[in-house]
Amino acid sequence: MSTEALTSSEYIKHHLQNLTYGKLPGSDHWQLAHTAQEAKAMGFWAFNLDTLGVSLVLGVLFLFMFRLAAKRITADSKGVPTGLQNFVEWIVEFIDTSVRGSFSGKNPLVAPLALTIFVWILLMNLMDLIPVDWIPQLAHLAGLPFFKVVPSTDPNATFGMAISVFFLVVYYSIKMKGVGGFVGELTLQPFGKLGLPANIFLEGVNLIAKPVSLALRLFGNMYAGEMIFILIALMFGGGIGIGLFGGVLQWGWAVFHILIVTLQAFIFMTLTIVYLDMAHQEHH
Amino acid sequence: MNINATLLGQSITFFVFVWFCMKFVWPPIMQALGERKKQIADGLAAGERGKHELELASKRAAEHLHEAKQKAADIIAQADKRAAQLVEEAKGTAKAEGDRMIAGAQASIAQETVRAKEALRSQVAGLAVAGAEKILRREIDAKAHADLLDAIKNEL
Repeated sequence: MSTEALTSSEYIKHHLQNLTYGKLPGSDHWQLAHTAQEAKAMGFWAFNLDTLGVSLVLGVLFLFMFRLAAKRITADSKGVPTGLQNFVEWIVEFIDTSVRGSFSGKNPLVAPLALTIFVWILLMNLMDLIPVDWIPQLAHLAGLPFFKVVPSTDPNATFGMAISVFFLVVYYSIKMKGVGGFVGELTLQPFGKLGLPANIFLEGVNLIAKPVSLALRLFGNMYAGEMIFILIALMFGGGIGIGLFGGVLQWGWAVFHILIVTLQAFIFMTLTIVYLDMAHQEHH
Repeated sequence: MNINATLLGQSITFFVFVWFCMKFVWPPIMQALGERKKQIADGLAAGERGKHELELASKRAAEHLHEAKQKAADIIAQADKRAAQLVEEAKGTAKAEGDRMIAGAQASIAQETVRAKEALRSQVAGLAVAGAEKILRREIDAKAHADLLDAIKNEL
């Protein structure tokens, strides 16, 4: 628990607040929000530094690792792969198999996209396994008012990725089928010309549901998981008995969470591949 | 939990990562994996080929060995035969030579015998004549036999 005396509700709220950097209304300089109200008041033009920072670091870590392995494998393709290289190759093969299984078209973007999504989201989700107080406590020592360490519990992050995927889906739909084909798909089915409004409504919902479900599924799962960790962490303040019980619970939930973390990354990746596959296919 | 510009930042970061992955991570790894796959397949094929060749070679070697043994046996048999033949021949020649020598010796012995007999015979004749002469010389009386001698003179 935090060093300051907080109520449970304050503790939870503190843990769920992002480190937001923006301009307060009426003020002209950029600053960190020190309360949830301030963060809210900053409006759209504010940045969650923790989300961006952690995801950036993790993404760079991912690319650095894989680039290193790629260099090694290229420099010494006859050598016996070891350690990191084996690991990277294993993941790449896994992604490649998934993409080959679900994506029937030909697009050099899809496989690297799937790899990036899977590893990046997996790394972000894995931040959830770090005990909930460690990083915020460190941040507190560094003078930062908040620090939410799991980027995928910030809807900005999940929607950011989901909307990017959505953009790609629309882009490839139009590229493969033409503007007419894309609009036709939205307006002329499933009821034909006469059912135009119904078609637009159904297909529109269908289209919009893709990024929304993609983002909310990941966000919801990770947010709920994080919330349970926070609730368990509250038990550590309740005496030795409850604290020990909390420790056992935390361990159990963490083990279970490893599954959720991987599964959510995998689902996000698979759905992205499937959506892009649908974008490449004619429906008629 | 406010939606704010983090959304944009995250999208941009995402696209940059995907671009980097697509440019510098995925292709080299896939290429190297493909190459290695091909290499392993080639290696396995080469191994299989080598095994096959080894089998063939050992079969050939066995064949060669068998052939060589056969040839050696043939040569030995031939040599034995030849040796036996040579011995037979030598035996034959030796026997013939011996026979010839015996025959020659017998002939020369016969010749000698004949010659000795001849010489003996002539000597016997001479001795007989000489003996007769001596006897005759004592017996013959020129006067008593004058008429005989005269008769011979006349016949001449």
